[in-house]
Amino acid sequence: MEKRVTFSKWTVGILFAVPQLLLIFTFFYWPAGQAVYWSLTLQQPWGGGNIWVGLDNFRSILSSADYWNSITVSLVFAAISTGIVMFVALVLAALTDRQLTGSRFYRVVLIWPYGIAAPALALAFRFILAPEAGFMAVVNQAWPGFWDPGLDGVDAMASIIAAFSWKYIGYNFIFFLAAFQAIPRSLIEASAMDGAGVIRRFWDIQFPLITPTIFFLLVINITESFQDSFGIVDIMTSGGPANATNLMVYKIYSDGFKGLDYSGAAAQSIILMLLIIVLTIFQFRFIERRVHYR
Amino acid sequence: MASITIRDVKKSYGKSPVVHGVDLDIVSGEFVVILGPSGCGKSTLLRMIAGLEEISGGEIAIDGTVVNRLEPRERGCAMVFQNYALYPHMSVAQNIGYSLKVAGVPKAERTQRIQAVARILELEPMLDRKPAALSGGQRQRVAMGRAMIREPKVFLFDEPLSNLDAKLRVQMRSEIRKLHRRLNATSVFVTHDQVEAMTLADRLVVMNGGRVEQVGTPGEIYKRPASRFVATFVGAPAMNILEGIVELDGLSLLGGSRRLPIPRVGLPVGAKVAMGIRPEAVRLVAPGSQGALNATVDLVEELGAGRVIYVDLDGAAFSVVTSETVHPAPGATVGLKISPDDMHFFSSETGARLDVFKASVPVPAH
Repeated sequence: MEKRVTFSKWTVGILFAVPQLLLIFTFFYWPAGQAVYWSLTLQQPWGGGNIWVGLDNFRSILSSADYWNSITVSLVFAAISTGIVMFVALVLAALTDRQLTGSRFYRVVLIWPYGIAAPALALAFRFILAPEAGFMAVVNQAWPGFWDPGLDGVDAMASIIAAFSWKYIGYNFIFFLAAFQAIPRSLIEASAMDGAGVIRRFWDIQFPLITPTIFFLLVINITESFQDSFGIVDIMTSGGPANATNLMVYKIYSDGFKGLDYSGAAAQSIILMLLIIVLTIFQFRFIERRVHYR
Repeated sequence: MASITIRDVKKSYGKSPVVHGVDLDIVSGEFVVILGPSGCGKSTLLRMIAGLEEISGGEIAIDGTVVNRLEPRERGCAMVFQNYALYPHMSVAQNIGYSLKVAGVPKAERTQRIQAVARILELEPMLDRKPAALSGGQRQRVAMGRAMIREPKVFLFDEPLSNLDAKLRVQMRSEIRKLHRRLNATSVFVTHDQVEAMTLADRLVVMNGGRVEQVGTPGEIYKRPASRFVATFVGAPAMNILEGIVELDGLSLLGGSRRLPIPRVGLPVGAKVAMGIRPEAVRLVAPGSQGALNATVDLVEELGAGRVIYVDLDGAAFSVVTSETVHPAPGATVGLKISPDDMHFFSSETGARLDVFKASVPVPAH
C-alpha cells in the first residue's frame, strides 16, 4: 500500500521542504560549489582576488609524486582498516548473538568508542602506542627498535589504523548484532535440525542473511576512512614520517592551511570527493549484486 | 521408524517449571497428537524431543537410545515449524535439499531425491522459486518436503497448520494424514486445535498446565474424558457442566431447586459433583414434558446442517446442538431432556472423573 501525503496547494508542500533544503544547500551544495570554483582559480594567500586558471591546479596536483603517494596511502589505510573493523565487529557480534554470558555488558560498552571525538581518542592512542613509555615499550624492551611510529612509516600506519579501528568496531558491532538478531530463531533451529553445526549455520544461513548490513557497513566504513581519519592523523603522526601517513584528507589541510595553497587544496578536495563517489558507485554496481535483500 | 519413550520429563525456565514430569510411550509408526491450550507446555515437550530445548529432568529415548545429551542432528528427527522457517535466500530445491547438502550427499543423488520429494508434494513447477514467491500452502509443503527428504525416524510438527486459512488447513490436514499412511514414520504433532487433533491422531495426548491430563484414542477421549478439563476442552461446542449435590433420589442442581435423575450407583450421597453433558446428547422437548428441565433461549446459531441453541438454565449457560428444524425465538421456553446414560461426573474439588456403574433403571424424578 502506498503512503503518500498530498497537499491541496503545492506551496504548502514546498514550505515543508524549505528548512531541509536550506540546510542541505547551506552546508553542502554551497561549500561544494565554492570548492569547485576555487579549484579552477588561483587564490592569493593574502587575499586580493582570484585569477582564473582553468584546470592548472588539477594538472599540477596529478603530476606530483607526493599526491600519488597520498592516494596510495589513503587506499591502503581504507582497505586495511575497513577489513579489520568489519572482521572484528562481525566476530564479536556473532559471539554475542549466541547469548554468551556478559553479552549485554559488551553491547553497551562497545558503542562507547564511537562517541569519542577522533582527536581525543588519537591522543589516548598516542600515549598507548608511544615507543618509549606505552604499551609497546614492553615489546621494544625485548626487541630494541622493533616499534617506533616516529621513524618507521609502517609502524605509523599501523598506529592510525589501530586508533581508527578501535573507534569503528563498536559502531559496526551494533549494526551486525541488530542484523543477527533480526534473523528469526526458527531459521537457526531449522538448520540445526537439518544437521548443520555452528560454523556451517553461520556460513549457510546467518552470513547470507546479513549481507545487506555487510554491504551498508562496507560503503560507510570506506567513506568514513577517507574522511573521519583527519583528527587521528593530525594528533598521532601529522602525516609523517616521510609522508607515510599523509592521507588525502590530511594533505588537503596541510597544503591548504599550512602551505597556504588554497586553490590546490580545493582541487584536492574535489578529487577526494570524486574518488569516494567512484568507489561508492563501484560498490553498488559490483558488490550489491551479491546481496540478498529479504 | 522408531519408538519414543518419555520418562518423567521436566522442564523449567530458571525457577518456574513449565513441564512437570511427563510420561509417554509412543509406538513405532504411530501418529500422536499433543493437544492443549497455549502455554500448557506442549511445544516445549516437542522441542525437548527435537533437541532444541534442554531437558531439565527425566529421560527421552528414541528407539531405546537416551537422547538427552545428543545434538538435534544426532537424534534423527525432522521438524516442521509453525512459521515454516524456510531459508529466505535459498530456492525451493535448495531448501528441500539443504540437509542432504550438509550431510555431503553427492549432487546427482541430491537432485534425484529432491525431484522425488517434489513430485509427491506437487512442488515440481516451483523448485527454482524463492519462498517469498510462494503462497502459504506451498510454503507449508516445502517445509514438509524439507522434513521428508531426510527420511527421518521421527517427524515432529509444531502447529504447522495454524498459519493457514480454514480451507487450506482442512486440505493440508488430509495431506499430512495421507503422507503418514504412505511413509508410516512415527509422528508427533502439536496443536491447540481440537478438530485437527481429533482428525489426525491415532492417539491423542491432552495436556494442561505442564501435565498430561489424558492419553487415548480420539474416540476414548471424547467418550470418556478423564477430567473436567479434558471434557470441556475436547468437543465443540464445549461440554455443558452443571454443578450439583448428589442426593438419594437424584442430583440437586446448585443455583436452583431443580432435581435431575442420575444413575444410582457409585456416587456418594452428599458429594458435590460437576455433571457434564455433551450438547449433542441433549434433546429438545416441549417445555414441561416429563423429566425435562425448562430453560430460556438466549441465542440460536445456524450451522446449516443443524443449529446450536444457547439457553439459560437458572443462570448457568448451557448449549444444545440439534439437527431438528426447530427455531425457538430468543426468550422462549424450551424443555431439555438429558439421558442419565450420557452423563459424565467429575469431582468438584479435583476435576477428576468419577466412574459410575450405569444403572439400567434411573430413579424417577419428582
